[in-house]
Amino acid sequence: MPEKKKRRKLDEDKCLNQDNMADETNPSPENEKSLSPESKEQKSVTPDKSYNEKIKQITSKWMEGSGAEAEIVISSRIRLARNISGFPFPPLASDEHREKVLSMGKKVLQEQKDYLSDMNLLDISSFSAVYRQVLVEKHLISPLQARESLSSALILRDDEVVSIMINEEDHFRIQCLLPGLQLKKGWEEASRYDDYLEQVVDYAFHQDLGYLTACPTNVGTGLRASVMLYLPALVITGQINHILSAISQVGLAVRGIYGEGTEMVGGLCQVSNQITLGQSEEEIWQNLYSVIRHLINQERKARQHLLNKERDKLADRAGRAYGILKHARLLNAEETMQFISDVRLGVDLGLLGDVPVGTLNELLVLTQPGCLQYLKGKSLSPYERDLERATRVKQYLP
Amino acid sequence: MLCQKCNKKNASVHLTKIINGNKSEIYICEDCARENGELDFPLEGKFPLYQFFSGMMGMNAPENAEAVMPVEEAVMQCAACGLTYAQFGQIGRFGCDRCYESFDRNILPLFRRLHGNQKHMGKIPTRAGTHLKLKKKIDHLKLELQKKVMDEDFEAAAELRDQIHDLEKQLAEGGAGDA
Repeated sequence: MPEKKKRRKLDEDKCLNQDNMADETNPSPENEKSLSPESKEQKSVTPDKSYNEKIKQITSKWMEGSGAEAEIVISSRIRLARNISGFPFPPLASDEHREKVLSMGKKVLQEQKDYLSDMNLLDISSFSAVYRQVLVEKHLISPLQARESLSSALILRDDEVVSIMINEEDHFRIQCLLPGLQLKKGWEEASRYDDYLEQVVDYAFHQDLGYLTACPTNVGTGLRASVMLYLPALVITGQINHILSAISQVGLAVRGIYGEGTEMVGGLCQVSNQITLGQSEEEIWQNLYSVIRHLINQERKARQHLLNKERDKLADRAGRAYGILKHARLLNAEETMQFISDVRLGVDLGLLGDVPVGTLNELLVLTQPGCLQYLKGKSLSPYERDLERATRVKQYLP
Repeated sequence: MLCQKCNKKNASVHLTKIINGNKSEIYICEDCARENGELDFPLEGKFPLYQFFSGMMGMNAPENAEAVMPVEEAVMQCAACGLTYAQFGQIGRFGCDRCYESFDRNILPLFRRLHGNQKHMGKIPTRAGTHLKLKKKIDHLKLELQKKVMDEDFEAAAELRDQIHDLEKQLAEGGAGDA
């Protein structure tokens, strides 16, 4: 319809104007900093090199917004829990045993170096609390491992797609984390690394119960497949609760993007399998895959519905969110996630200027407490974090 | 109720922390919670899953575990790591892979409730798989051996004994041979 097209054009113009306006009125970092007590520390207007380096350290392959269904599926993850036969599991292990497990990890790297030459062992215990938090926010280690520092390590592939946590709840946790919907590839990769590990490690394996794990919820395949999703239209149209309760009936769990107990904000959520025993690995991820496919279809329909019925409202919502992100001085974590979600929906539906999906994914991580403090180079109170968050968002958002 | 930290505002946040199985509860106001970083670090589970396990294992809650769990079950202990069944109920984690055998009969219902199943259908590790096959074969031959001894067929028994010996040697070497 010509009228709609015109309106869309107007929205785009508006957005462009907003963009310019933001540039003109955006106070320089110096002005901004003069409001905060640490103004003397950061003088440069343009981000210094170490800032860029830090950003590079924080951003990761899974955030890049590529892969199948990237506008709805942020990332796919496969995790395999594996333990060494005859060793106490990490929660009850002595210091010596934890050290032995770590040595075993080093042995794996050494003996399998033909296959693992692009992997490095990172000593988590040598990292600051803030940097550990960054790794948690990047989904490379778990909160549990961030706390447990003794002989705690991570074997990480250069592209950060494959990693092996050592001495988490289980002796080894192999993870493959990919952008977009790529569960099959994730499983194949994780399984390949599982084979490398098994060449060196005597696994705790039981003929009836499969891979034995510290927690009874992981026994069997030890496999957790999870998909990080972005379902804003299902939230706006109020269908989400209905759909989520249906999901829990097919052996899957839904949670916020930062794990158990975190809230689902702006339609950002993680769906994962709960059952690990009695189904093959293929069945587990395929079951998840088919549910995700269904969710993607529902989300698409809801987006189309919104576009047909509430185009103006959506464009307004996205524009306001963009304006707030660009101009706010204090942003808390939850509202930031909500506004990023609103902007993203506007961009996806062509109602707002062009912001790369990858940038928005990265912002979700960049605005987490650990990353903010890492970028700032010091620990920040919750209030200071809100200030810092607003500054970073303004800086990072095109 | 007043905030237990600042004693000024009304407590609106109820914090329950369980660290290494020790539970602590405080009631504080939102500002104190925010200042503590309790509201901004939502990265950990707010409800530990293992609290469900105890119910599934036949105990109602850790507090009155003794009342519900028969003493002989509670004191069952893993010979390898020393974890008792009661402790397993409290922390919801096994101590080592041997716990699975030690608590064998008691945990199968738990697996059925958690997974709707109690038989692994997935991947079998190559080396450990070979191991298992060897072990099974040895067990089988040992039964056979007993039978031969009972039948006083000592020649066949001696042959079986040598076979078992060879296989056990293979097993000790990592099960690399052909099984």
